[in-house]
Amino acid sequence: MTVMNVRDAINQTIHEAMERDPSVILLGEDVAGGAGTAGGQEAIGGIWGTSTGLVGKFGPERVIDTPISESAIVGAAAGAALSGMRPIAELMFADFIGVCGDQLINQIAKFRYMFGGNARCPVVIRLIYGAGMNAAAQHSQAFYNLLTAIPGLKVALPTTPADAKGLMNEALHGDDPVMFFEHKALYGRKGEVPDGLHRVPFGHARMAREGGDVTIVALGRMVSFAEKAADKLAADGIGCDIIDPRTTSPLDEEAILDSVEQTGRLVVVDESPPRCSVASDIGALVAQKAFTSLDAPPELVTAPHTPIPFAPELERAYVPGPPAIEAAVRRTLDWG
Amino acid sequence: MDYTREGLLRAYRRMATIRQFEERLHEEIAKGEIPGFTHLYCGQEAAAVGVCEHLDEADKIVSTHRGHGHCIAKGCDVIGMMKEIYGSREGLCKGRGGSMHIADTSIGMLGANGIVGAGAPQAVGAAIAAKAAGEGKVAIAFSGDGACNQGTTFEAMNMAVVIDVPAIFVFENNHYSEHTGDSYAVATGNDIASRAEAFGMKVWRANGSDFHATYETMAKLLDYVRQTGHPAAIELDTERFYGHFEGDPQRYRAKGELDRIRDERDALKTFRKAPSTRELLEEGELDAIDKQVAELIDRAVEEARGAARCDPSQIDEDVYAAY
Ligand SMILES: Cc1ncc(C[n+]2csc(CCOP(=O)(O)OP(=O)(O)O)c2C)c(N)n1
Ligand SMILES: [Mg+2]
Repeated sequence: MTVMNVRDAINQTIHEAMERDPSVILLGEDVAGGAGTAGGQEAIGGIWGTSTGLVGKFGPERVIDTPISESAIVGAAAGAALSGMRPIAELMFADFIGVCGDQLINQIAKFRYMFGGNARCPVVIRLIYGAGMNAAAQHSQAFYNLLTAIPGLKVALPTTPADAKGLMNEALHGDDPVMFFEHKALYGRKGEVPDGLHRVPFGHARMAREGGDVTIVALGRMVSFAEKAADKLAADGIGCDIIDPRTTSPLDEEAILDSVEQTGRLVVVDESPPRCSVASDIGALVAQKAFTSLDAPPELVTAPHTPIPFAPELERAYVPGPPAIEAAVRRTLDWG
Repeated sequence: MDYTREGLLRAYRRMATIRQFEERLHEEIAKGEIPGFTHLYCGQEAAAVGVCEHLDEADKIVSTHRGHGHCIAKGCDVIGMMKEIYGSREGLCKGRGGSMHIADTSIGMLGANGIVGAGAPQAVGAAIAAKAAGEGKVAIAFSGDGACNQGTTFEAMNMAVVIDVPAIFVFENNHYSEHTGDSYAVATGNDIASRAEAFGMKVWRANGSDFHATYETMAKLLDYVRQTGHPAAIELDTERFYGHFEGDPQRYRAKGELDRIRDERDALKTFRKAPSTRELLEEGELDAIDKQVAELIDRAVEEARGAARCDPSQIDEDVYAAY
């Protein structure tokens, strides 16, 4: 075990994967940084600091700085994967899936099924997402809901350094395309990370806390907000189960249903807007499959149905926070 | 080219406003006063102003993430811009957009844009509208050397030629897209104009750090576009004086590069040295403009600091349905 933050865990995992497997390549804008400049390659090492040191070690043939061309970045990753490589492609901001949407949803997602199982497309698309930097409407979105809706894509959203490593390694060993969502506000989060080839299977939720009175399913950054709310509730003797699904596709339905069967109460916390969200999806799942266990209607704590505003006062109001989660938990307990 | 005193004074005022607006932001950002991502336009003043001085409010422009200069050159209210950047309810976009998303469609400024390469297709649409209106108006897409590598930009150029609309692609080549050099990322070396030419457009090139050069070249380009209704492109060779974003350590620059470009390629200094400026204007008149602009910027910051903040209860305004 080594203590490190999410940023370093991702960096280390990519380093180890590239050392282990020559078919792993990384491509994206400024992932090395400084190509064609006097400062030279590696002037930056990725604007998020997640690809530091890679180009120096593995060279520009494997750590590829690309022009600003997201369709070509993702499409090239697809073609390389169909040809036997294991590309990792970085979208500097998850919002840019708007630019390369076709490659993600009509191409990568379809190959394995559409080609009768004779193709594999093991790409890892790294999508840096989430609000919290006042980066406004086009640089803040939590778009995992969109890609979770597409059959053929796996969607991971790690919240701890250990899971960042474990899920990334799992992605690099599977045969399916993985949309790997990294929350900007979680990069600095520290934790223990197992050494060596640590893998976390997809579709297995992490029980972040056991409390027994109310089930909170929280996504991405919302896990830490749920933990804060649960701390306050604990002072009043209210115990929360907090489930971090870790992957939204595949989704660990069993972990959620098992918990709700115990608690009879569900709160889902999701940074995306409410319509067609992972929150509404989990709400529907529980309504369908755990109906008789429910003691209160499921509560969905989500962002509002608006683009993400710039002004700090508005952005703070946009992102679901601990007080809203706490209030939702109390509503499930007060119901009826 | 025949210049008038009024025209030159106006152009200088616009360039000085951009310069001082951005330099002041640079200071305030360092103090932590301003939230979000801000990309400063210093060094490129002659490009925006050399283009926009030919336009009126019915001509449209589409801007980029580095949009403050385009906004000021097109005539956006400077105080409203400052308030927007400070995230005030009184800002040009009610504090919802911020630095990367300033727009004022009432004067033909169709928006700064956080998505690199998103603007060029929109300019084609604005050019369809200009053609339909039949009044000889044009639509301009500003794009950087980075944006010229997006498929959207290629599609827009091809389509503008195919449907024959008065779209103008202005490529501001400041030689970097974030931390990557144009000689690496643009496959035609650092020649963007030849790409536009390959789509069948007439193209021009000019020194985008020199107001007179840009303005005179744009005059020719606009004569052609307004007369024929065809699209056209121009590549402006220019520089950015600050980092890609505020806080960028700029390790990709050569030693002494910033000093050199600030010394040799400063649009304001170059403006003062130009023969037509010397012939028509007194140095003292330009100094006086600098002072007036400084007062305007002081006032803008002061007003922005005191302006109404956004109220969280207004978060779902301008949305047609809430849930
Ligand atoms: C689609 C998209 N990809 C990447 C980015 C991140 N990004 C913002 S500005 C920029 C560089 C743009 O370079 P250029 O077009 O030359 O404009 P400049 O910054 O030099 O004004 C990049 C990569 C973005 N905002 N949008
Ligand atoms: Mg550039």
